Amino acid sequence: MTDTTQETSGPMLAADGTPLKRSLAKALRAQKLRALALIAPLLLFVLITFIAPIADMLFRSVDDSQQGTVHGTMPLTAEALKDWDSSTGELPDNAVFDAVYTDIFVAAENKLHTRVGSRLNYERTGSSSLFRKTGRGLDDIGEVYQDQFEDLDPDWDEGTPWAELMGSPDWLTSMQGWEDGQPLPPFELRDGVADLLPRTAAIYRVFADFQIEEEEKSLLDEEPWSIVHTRLYEDLRDGDFSTYAGPRADMVKAADALVDTAEFETIALKDGFEAIDEDWLDIGLWQTIKAYSTSYTAGYFLNAVDMQKTPEGVALRDENQRIYGLLFKRTMFMSMVITFSCIMLAYPVAYLLANLPMRTANLLMILVLLPFWTSLLVRTSAWKVMLQQQGVINDVLVWIGIVGDDARLVMINNQLGTIIAMTHILLPFMILPMYSVMSTIPPYYVRAAKSLGATNWTSFWRVYFPQSVPGIGAGSILVFILAIGYYITPEIVGGNTGTFISNRIAYHISSSLNWGLAAALGSILLAAVLILYWAYDRIVGIDNVKLGG
Amino acid sequence: MADGSSGDAFVAFERVQKSYDGETLVVKDLNLSMPKGEFLTMLGPSGSGKTTCLMMLAGFETATYGEIKLDGVSINNIPPHKRGIGMVFQNYALFPHMTVAENLAFPLEVRKLGKSEREKKVKHALDMVQMGEFGGRRPAQLSGGQQQRIALARALVFEPELVLMDEPLGALDKQLREHMQFEITNLAHQLGITVVYVTHDQTEALTMSDRVAVFNDGRIQQLAPPDELYEKPQNSFVAQFIGENNTLEGVVKEISGNTCVVQLDDGEVLDATPVNVTKVGERTRVSIRPERVEFNKERLKDGVHTLKAEVLEFIYMGDIFRTRLRVAGKDDFVIKTRNAPDQVRLEPGSQIEIGWLPEDCRALDAG
Repeated sequence: MTDTTQETSGPMLAADGTPLKRSLAKALRAQKLRALALIAPLLLFVLITFIAPIADMLFRSVDDSQQGTVHGTMPLTAEALKDWDSSTGELPDNAVFDAVYTDIFVAAENKLHTRVGSRLNYERTGSSSLFRKTGRGLDDIGEVYQDQFEDLDPDWDEGTPWAELMGSPDWLTSMQGWEDGQPLPPFELRDGVADLLPRTAAIYRVFADFQIEEEEKSLLDEEPWSIVHTRLYEDLRDGDFSTYAGPRADMVKAADALVDTAEFETIALKDGFEAIDEDWLDIGLWQTIKAYSTSYTAGYFLNAVDMQKTPEGVALRDENQRIYGLLFKRTMFMSMVITFSCIMLAYPVAYLLANLPMRTANLLMILVLLPFWTSLLVRTSAWKVMLQQQGVINDVLVWIGIVGDDARLVMINNQLGTIIAMTHILLPFMILPMYSVMSTIPPYYVRAAKSLGATNWTSFWRVYFPQSVPGIGAGSILVFILAIGYYITPEIVGGNTGTFISNRIAYHISSSLNWGLAAALGSILLAAVLILYWAYDRIVGIDNVKLGG
Repeated sequence: MADGSSGDAFVAFERVQKSYDGETLVVKDLNLSMPKGEFLTMLGPSGSGKTTCLMMLAGFETATYGEIKLDGVSINNIPPHKRGIGMVFQNYALFPHMTVAENLAFPLEVRKLGKSEREKKVKHALDMVQMGEFGGRRPAQLSGGQQQRIALARALVFEPELVLMDEPLGALDKQLREHMQFEITNLAHQLGITVVYVTHDQTEALTMSDRVAVFNDGRIQQLAPPDELYEKPQNSFVAQFIGENNTLEGVVKEISGNTCVVQLDDGEVLDATPVNVTKVGERTRVSIRPERVEFNKERLKDGVHTLKAEVLEFIYMGDIFRTRLRVAGKDDFVIKTRNAPDQVRLEPGSQIEIGWLPEDCRALDAG
């Protein structure tokens, strides 16, 4: 730079007096923008089709607030259970049963209760059938009241009287003028009815919205749900209606009188639930519901490492329920074996490729690449043909007489089959990085070593091999990471003992539909790969990984 | 031509031939013998077979025919690592994954020397090339010249009697190269080692060697000390390859003992020393060094023939003047004169007469 800039103590200045850094940034900005514009299409594509779905999927491993979860579909229950201490061993109080009654009733009308059942079934077996049964049986509670009100006055079982009682006059007018095909007017509660019949009004509102938005049916024709009658009973029981003068005042006063009589039959919610299924009185069920009523859960992750939440805290599952630890260990172990066999098989091939004359090397390279041009399924199926008990290898061995016809080797549908097939399939991923590193090692190093007195072996081991290690590193990372998440080959040749964690993930994605658990397993797998990568960087140094050049 | 006797030679090539493809010979009937302690340079254009000879001596190539002897023993069937020959490669070939000290210790380690002895020798070798401070560095952290010194030290550390160098200074810049030339010759003489040095740089060959073998087309064209090579080239290839040279073509007109008269194609005649010509009427190519051409008539001997010349160009080169002339129809005739106070600066366009001593002008083969 010029002398003047060195004399000033401040930042370096450009010729026009602006700070040099700013001038430089300005000069480079156009360049940077151009580069960004060039990669923008790919960046957007990757972001939208790859990063975002993966992030969403991984988020499912902790998310417990969607439809079909306790938090999402049974909000009243989740709220009510907050006050219940699950460790006391006492059943929750009536308020909780009340909340469950509403939640499951509404969920059943929306056909969501079975999904909550499935969600809880991951944590407590039997929940699925319990919720299905409860969804069917909850009407039994309401019908106790519904029948009695109906006996008193058949109007209690008609849509129109209820609409007149609950709806605002404006709404009622537009409802009466409604014709099929037009959009239904949104429901409005009549002024004062929320004070007069608070519970009834609340549940009727849910009923009304459901009929209008989901079913698109006229409230004038639809009799209300049985739970509305239960709430009506509760309101009548607690309220005073002597001064009521609104619509259907006679009906309401008569019903109020009926409720106050000794003959009026009532049923406690707890008893009603017991009648549906005794499981509702099991403290364990309530503990499970409370444990999974938060919007975020560690439950999927605990499940993925063979643990579960108990009232006493987090604990290992029963021995016969633990599978993921075994699967993770097996996946790691087999991936390492596959990587190691790939190294052993690929090194000599890559060495030959790098040291043969060009023509021969090209021919050999085609042979190496040949598997890439064949479908993965075809290759895997070919191994099935080769390895099975009536397969080519066994036939040859029997024909030669090495093994007896009754003692054919079991080489498929077990770990051996997976290791053989995957080693073959992943071999090119080891050979290519090794080759590209080895082809950059000039021959004069080995010559120099020999001229210095080293034998063939010493010059290979002390001079050539250390320089080829970056290729081994690159190949190993590639093969190991590919192997750890491999799905199709273990699925086909793995049988029971040769499957990977990825097969379990696929099962939860497509068969059991437990996406949360699949996401948790996937997250753990991803974390394991990242940790291994980090460890590799610390031990070997990622700078030592070369894919050529 | 080459010295074929190999009685007490340290290194000897005897009728060595080499072919890679079975059709053409890269090295044709090579005979060469070197006494102990000699610094011999193999000089030649690329593809002349010089590197192949070196590789055969090192053991990385096998001779197709003939015998290579080291200290009287045939080494044809001895693998390279048992030959005990030090070698400096063109690209230094320092092991990049080892430090400088480890590189130097490598030949000692494979010879199973003890640790303390190893360290002593490594230190000594590093001091020898003035690189004592650099033992802990990696080769990539050194400059080209430093790497060159390390490569040299590594080739010498196990005290071989014969060291081969394959264009070791090719990658260095001019100044460093000249400095290293000096250092290498000094070291070689100091240690008394025998050196076979391959280069295509003739200045390097002339300044460093005891003897130079000029290779062309798989044969040694001339094997001689530098001064003889320069002043008395045996054939037109050597004359043209070594140093700058003016050539004129003509026919031998008279020949008598140590002198002959050559008639050029345009009819002019000149005096020369017959080298490859034996009889009158033979076509020849005469060669004369630019600095041996005389244009000052007073300094020429009486009776010698002179040629007419026209000055085409005068180039001032600092220490010398380089003047281009048209002689006998060719306009690439060059003379060099020292930049001395009384030196004449020839004017372009002027007509002069040039001549020389017959012994400076050599009548060679027609090429």
